[in-house]
This record gives sequence, structure tokens and C-alpha cells, in this order.
Amino acid sequence: MSADITTKTPEAAAEPPPGPAPVDKRVPRGHQRLLTRRDRVALAFMAGVPTILHVALVWVTALASILLAFTTWDGIGFDSIQWVGLQNFRELFTNNPQFWPALQHNVIWFVALILIPTPFGLFLAMQLDKNIRFSRVYQTAFFLPVVVSLAVTGFVWQLIYNPDTGLINSVIGANKPGHYIDWIGDPKLNLWAVLIAASWRHTGYMMILYLAGLKGVDPSLREASALDGANEWQTFKSVIFPTLRPTNTVVLVVTIIESLRAFDLVYVFNKGAQGTELLSILITNNIIGESSRIGYGSAIAVVLLVISLVVIIPYLITTFRKERSG
Amino acid sequence: MSTTTVALNEKQRTPLRPARVLLHVFLVVTSLVWLAPLLWAVYAALRPYSETSDKGYVSWPDTLNFDNFKNAFQQSDMTHYFVNTLIIAVPAVVLTLLLSSMVAFYVSRFDFRLNIFLLLVFTAGNLLPQQVIITPLYRMYLLIDLPGVTASGKLYDSALGLVLIHVAFQSGFCAFVLSNYMRMLPHELTEAALVDGASVWRMYWQIVLPLCKPAMAALGTLLSIWIYNDFFWAIVLISTGENMPITSALNNLSGQYFTDPNLVAAGALLTAIPTLIVYFVLQRQFVSGLTLGANKG
Repeated sequence: MSADITTKTPEAAAEPPPGPAPVDKRVPRGHQRLLTRRDRVALAFMAGVPTILHVALVWVTALASILLAFTTWDGIGFDSIQWVGLQNFRELFTNNPQFWPALQHNVIWFVALILIPTPFGLFLAMQLDKNIRFSRVYQTAFFLPVVVSLAVTGFVWQLIYNPDTGLINSVIGANKPGHYIDWIGDPKLNLWAVLIAASWRHTGYMMILYLAGLKGVDPSLREASALDGANEWQTFKSVIFPTLRPTNTVVLVVTIIESLRAFDLVYVFNKGAQGTELLSILITNNIIGESSRIGYGSAIAVVLLVISLVVIIPYLITTFRKERSG
Repeated sequence: MSTTTVALNEKQRTPLRPARVLLHVFLVVTSLVWLAPLLWAVYAALRPYSETSDKGYVSWPDTLNFDNFKNAFQQSDMTHYFVNTLIIAVPAVVLTLLLSSMVAFYVSRFDFRLNIFLLLVFTAGNLLPQQVIITPLYRMYLLIDLPGVTASGKLYDSALGLVLIHVAFQSGFCAFVLSNYMRMLPHELTEAALVDGASVWRMYWQIVLPLCKPAMAALGTLLSIWIYNDFFWAIVLISTGENMPITSALNNLSGQYFTDPNLVAAGALLTAIPTLIVYFVLQRQFVSGLTLGANKG
């Protein structure tokens, strides 16, 4: 297999090559005149089919979420849709005991991931980037949690947290009646318990992203820094970290999006019971639950959408601007 | 990772210094801590329930065997759910690669006004949290009648529905990655073909696509694992337990044997095996796919 080419691609494509690389050679205008009618049909088909599918299932539904957020609807006939203005939002903000905790937990989720596993992943990547023996073996160990599904991760960690039979309580002797520490049920503890499992996974993910980023750091920079007598920390702080900027952007966006999407782990743990509510869980429970309220669920989705767009739009603007000028 | 680094490795590998030894000790310990949850699950799964309930989980084993794995597999008819996953994942991966490479080809080879905008739409769509679109999507799936096409007569609760949303959602990411990749191919290739009178389809199918094999392999590996691991779409868009793919079915299955954590461990580990095999065999592809389009959320 052409493994060699494959392994070179990440650096090449993860970030657009710096400098005036010929990435964006414009095709001459005359090009289009060479196209036959059949070619035009083929092109329309090739661009059209995927676009229609994507737009219909992703963007039309996202727009529908926005519109439905201002209505009530029983989901049966279209004529039962009623415009209610901001009522859903008013109720959500003032009258839903789960909403603010959920939003808060999403924020905590992000802060925890960016403060602990992300720097730790970077740290591991730095160590593994040192021409070290068995680097691949270590990488595999750290990366394994990313490969396993979050559902499986949830079940695996339950074996650790279970009050009766779990590893932690068995070791510290808290698995007897009266001494239970309920890592999953106690609303003061459960978010942190889930976050440990989430961090376990996030570290490996960040490590891989940073390893790819570090491969792109020019080794001569490091040598120059070493010649100047800088120690490891100084080299990292003033030479390597600044050159990792593109990776840092990606890491930030990935971490925010992951925190907004967080769902599987919590759902497997306790279905988002008290202490672990998340926006994604509220939306889903509203659908699956008996009293499905479409407009109300959509209002929560709009909150999630607005937060996501605040992140997605600036990111895309910078990415695509770079691409154009690149 | 590339050949140049390998060469450097040989040259620069310094004799062991105390700092290096310390680093290895640190890495070995940390790796073991990282593997511990999975190893703990394997340990629990290998022990009979009667023994662990008697002696506790933190204890020396008397018997270690694969009975839990056998029972979990048979009791919950896992073969059935693995087949469900195959029916969803295989078409989804193939279609995603096909459709997104077509869009990428269009966007990267033809300078129509739409390009940047189209690529933006795809990339942004892929970054949205799934829950933003799920409420209307769920309603839409319930409203679309497909008598005779799917067993449920609707898009809801059908493998087809899951395939479609996987393709629609994932093609955003793949289109972005592939278009970047195709842009790096020399333009002369297609230019010459066009002058020679080759059709657009032939340019795509016989010239550009074969050159994209490495990227396609990486994305294919990544997609297989993601789609296999998907939990959310199936939980919401499938109502009949029988129709669920394995990862989502696990949630119901664990209910069947929830009084027996050892059996749950065995069941969960069994569902992880296919991903682990794919990962170990195609590790390079997986990792390069992930970093190739590192914008994935």
C-alpha cells in the first residue's frame, strides 16, 4: 500500500502550506468553452446530488429548527402549527429548571477539556516527538480511547464508578451500605466523574493533532534555539508554541464543538439525570420523551446553534481567507 | 513519520541518558494508567459473576474464561446487530466517499462562482452539533412515507434513513478534505485531458480519483470507525430495538443483563473489537485521516 504518501499527507493538508505555494492556481477562463453539453450535465449532477442531500438534511432542518422555535406544533398536520413568538424562549429562560444548569455544564465541559486534557495531550505529543524509542507503542495506548466508541467508553467507566461493584469504591472501601459514594448518581459528583472519562478520551485526540502539528515545525528553529542556549521550556514557549498556531486554532474549535456535542457518554451514564444535564440531552429527551414539544425542543436547539455559529463562522472566515490568499 | 524522520532517528538516537530513562518510566506508567480502564473491563469480563459477587472485584482470580463473552454474544443475538451495522455502514461509507469526491472534484477543478460558497456550506454543516437539526429531522423522517421501500414504511426507523443522514452529515467533512487534496494535484493533468477531448466524468473517474487513493483510504478508515461508533442518530431515528446498529443496541442490551456487570463488560468489549481490528490494521490511515482535515469536531 502507498503508506508513505499517506503519512506525508497530514502535514501537507492539515494546514495550507505557508508562503506562496501554488495551491490555488486559477483555471484559465477558456477552460469552460471546452466543455460539451454532456460535460455540463455531468458536472451539474456531480455537484448537485451531494449538495441537495446535504442541504436538505442539514441546512433545511437547521432552518426549520429556527422557524419551529417560534411556534407550537403537535407534529401531526402542518395546519396545526401556531406562531407563538418568543414564548418558547421565555419559558425556557425563566421556567425550565434544567436549562441554566445544562448551559452551565456545557461551559464547564469546555473549560475542563481545554484546561486539563488539552495541555496534557500537547505535553505527551512533545515527549513523543523527541525521537524516542517505542513512540508508536505509547501513541497507540494514548489513542486507544479515541477509537473506542463513546458508548463503550461509558460502559467501561461504569465498571469503575459503580457504587457497589466499581473499582474505586472497592479499593477505598466505600462499597458497603452506608459508605457508598455514588459517583454516577450524586449530582455533586457525577459531572466530574463523566468529565474524567471524557478527558481520558480527549487527551489522546489532542495528542494526535499536536503530533501532526509538531511534525510541521522546522527542526532548524529548534536547533537555532538550542544553540542560543535556550532550555527546553524556553524553546517551547518562544519557538515551538507560536509556530503551532494553526494547530491551536483547530484544537480550540474541535474542543468547543466537542463540548457542545457531548451526549453519548452522559446518556449511557445516567441519561442526563440531575447534575449532568446538557443542552444536547435536553433536546434529545424532549424528542424521545412522552411529552414531545417540537417548538420548545427547537428553541433549545436554537440556543445551541447560536453558540456553535459564534465559533464556526469566525473559524471558517479565517480558514477560507487563508486558502484564498494562499 | 515520513522517511526523512526515520533516517534522522537512526542517526540521532542518543545513548540512554538519565533524563531519557525517566521519560520512559513516565511514559510507561502513564500508558498503563491510560489502558487501565480497558484492562479492568477485560479482567471483569473474564471472571464468572458468582466469583466476583462472592470475593469482590478487587481480588485474585480463581477462574478466568470466555464464558461471559460467549453468553453475551449468544443471549443478545449480537450477530443480528452486527449485520444491522454492516447494512448501514457499508453503503454509508461508500456513498459518502463517492458523493464528497464528486463535489470536491467540481469545487477544486472548475472555477465557477459558486465554489467557495459551496465548500463553506458543506464545511459549516459538518461542524454543527447534531442536536441542532435533530428535532426537525426526526419530524421529517416521520412524515416521509416510503411504503414498500423500507420495512417501516417510513424513513423513520429504517436503515435507509440512517444511511442518508450519515452521508449528508459526513460528506461535509470529506468534501472539505478532498477538495484540499485535489487542489494540490497539478492542474496540467486535467487540462491535458480536457484538451484531448476527455469527458468530465472520465477526468474524475480515471485521472483524479486514482490519484486521491491515499486520502480516500484515510477517510474511508475514519468514516468506517465513526459510523460504526455512532450512537446518537440511531438512538433517535430508530425506534425498533431490533433495527438498531450494534453500538446503539448496546444500550438496550445492557438492560437485559444489567444485574451482571461482568456480562455488560463482555458485551461492551465485543462491540469494540471490530473498531480495534480496523484501527490496528489501518492505524496509519486512521491517524492521517484525522489530522488530514483536523477541522473535524
